[in-house]
Amino acid sequence: MKFLKTAWHHMRRSPYQAFAAIFIILQTFFIVSLFFYIIYGSTKIISYFESLPQVTAFLKSEAKQENIDALRDQLKSSDKVSDVRFVSKQEALQIYKQQNKNDPLLLELVTADILPSSLEISTTKIHDLAGISETLKNSTIVQEVIFPKDIVANLSAWTDALRKIGVVLITVLAIDSIFIMVIIISIRISQRKEEIEIMRLLGATSWYVRWPFIFEGMAYGIIGACVGWVLSLGTLLSAMPFLQHFLGPISVFPIPPLLFGELLLIELLLAIVLGAFSSYLAVLRYLK
Amino acid sequence: MITLDKVSKAFSTGVYGLNDISLSIDKGEFVFLVGSTGSGKTTLLRLLIRDTLPSTGSIVVGEYDILKLPHRKIPHFRKKLGIVFQDLKLLVDRTIFENVALPLEVAGVHPKEIKKKVEDMLEQTGIKNHIYKFPIQLSGGELQRAAIARALILSPDILLADEPTGNLDPTTSTDIVKLLIQINEKGTTVIMATHNAEVVNKLTKRVVVLDKGKIIRDQKKGKYEIS
Repeated sequence: MKFLKTAWHHMRRSPYQAFAAIFIILQTFFIVSLFFYIIYGSTKIISYFESLPQVTAFLKSEAKQENIDALRDQLKSSDKVSDVRFVSKQEALQIYKQQNKNDPLLLELVTADILPSSLEISTTKIHDLAGISETLKNSTIVQEVIFPKDIVANLSAWTDALRKIGVVLITVLAIDSIFIMVIIISIRISQRKEEIEIMRLLGATSWYVRWPFIFEGMAYGIIGACVGWVLSLGTLLSAMPFLQHFLGPISVFPIPPLLFGELLLIELLLAIVLGAFSSYLAVLRYLK
Repeated sequence: MITLDKVSKAFSTGVYGLNDISLSIDKGEFVFLVGSTGSGKTTLLRLLIRDTLPSTGSIVVGEYDILKLPHRKIPHFRKKLGIVFQDLKLLVDRTIFENVALPLEVAGVHPKEIKKKVEDMLEQTGIKNHIYKFPIQLSGGELQRAAIARALILSPDILLADEPTGNLDPTTSTDIVKLLIQINEKGTTVIMATHNAEVVNKLTKRVVVLDKGKIIRDQKKGKYEIS
C-alpha cells in the first residue's frame, strides 16, 4: 500500500511524463483492440462464406439418378466435404422464381426442363475448393462447375495480410512503449536520486526503493490499457451501424459481451507485464 | 562497541582521507571528533556507516565487521545507527513528520505506531509544534533538531552526528549539544564530528583530534586547542 502511495505521488508530481507514458500504452492497446475486432470480424466473414454452398456443379440433362447418387456418395465420403445437397430441376425452378418474382416476363419464358439440376457442395476448408472443383469437372455427368474462387481466396489473403500487419504494428508499438517507459522511469529515478540516496543511508533495501517505480510502470500500463480498450470499444460501437449495413447478411454482430471482458483481462495482464518489465529495465540500469 | 584497527582510506586521486588510524569507543561514550576541514572526520563517519570501505585495516561496529558485511545486510546494519548528516539530508518536499517517519517506514513499522513514535520523538527534541511544516519553514536550529529526531527514531545504540552545530549561532549550538548530551545520558553512544572549539571546550568529554587523516590526540576529558 505504501509503495502504491509513493507511486501515486511520483505520478502526481510530474503529470506530463505520466501522461506521455499512459498515451503511448493507450495507443498500443487501442491498436491491439482494433486488430482483435478486425481479426474477429474477418474470421466471422470467412466462416459465413465457408458455410455457403461453395461449389455448384450443374449436371448434364442426360445424367441418370444412379450416377448422380454415386457422385454424391463419393463426395460425402471425402473428409474435405462438409455438406452435399442435390437441387433438382423443380427446385431450381422454384429458386429461379423466387429470385425473379418481380419480373413476370422472365418467369413466363422458363420451365423446369431448361434448368439444369445441380449439386451444391460445401468444403470444410476454403483451400479445398479448387481440388473438389477439379474432381467435379472430371465427372462425365457434370456440365459446368462454378465456385466463388476469387472472393474467398482474396478474403483469406486479406485476413492473413491483416494478421501479419497487426503483429508487426503491435510489436513495433510495444517496443516503442517499452523504450518510452524506460526513459520516463529513468527520468523519475534521476529526479529522486537524492531521496533514494537518503533512503539507502537510512537503511532502505534495494527493493524498498525499487517497488514504487515498478508499481508506477504497472499503473501506467493498467491506465493505458483501460483507456485504449474503452476508446476501441467506442470506435467499434460508433462504426457498428455502418458495418451492419455494409456486411449485409453476414452476421458479425452482436459480439458476445464476454469476449470484450476477456479482451480487457488479457490486455490488462499484458499491460501489467509490459509496465513492470519496462520499469524493471530502468531500475536495473539506474538503481544498481 | 566500535573498533578501528590500522584503518587507512585512500581516494582515487591518491590522497589519504585517513592514514593508519586505530580507535576504540566503548558503549555509552560521548566522543568529539575534532579537526579542521579536510582532517578526515567525515571520512571516518562514512566508514562507520559503511558508505565507503577502507583501503586497509578493519572496522567493527557493534556485532558487525564492516569489511565482511554482505551487501544485502547493509540496510539491516544501517537501521542500528542514527545518523545526523552534515548537510542534514532532509527531504524538502516532505513535512517534518514525513521526514522523521522515513526510517520507521523503511523498517516496515505500522502507520499507527509511526504516528505515535514520531510525535513522541518531536516532543523530546522540542519541535512538535512544527510537525506538519516543511523544512523550508524551519530555522537552522529547528532543522538540526528534526535531523536528530530522524536519527533517533529507531532508538539506535550509536548516534553519529557530522557537524550538527555547523552554521548555527552559539546559543542554538549549545542547545543542540545539550540535546545530544541528554541522548547520551540515556545510554546512546554519541560520536560528534565538529570543528567548533567553543562547543567542545564547554564540556569535559572525550576528544579525538584528527589532522591530515591521522589521530594526533585522544584525551578522555579533552579540549580542542586550535594551533
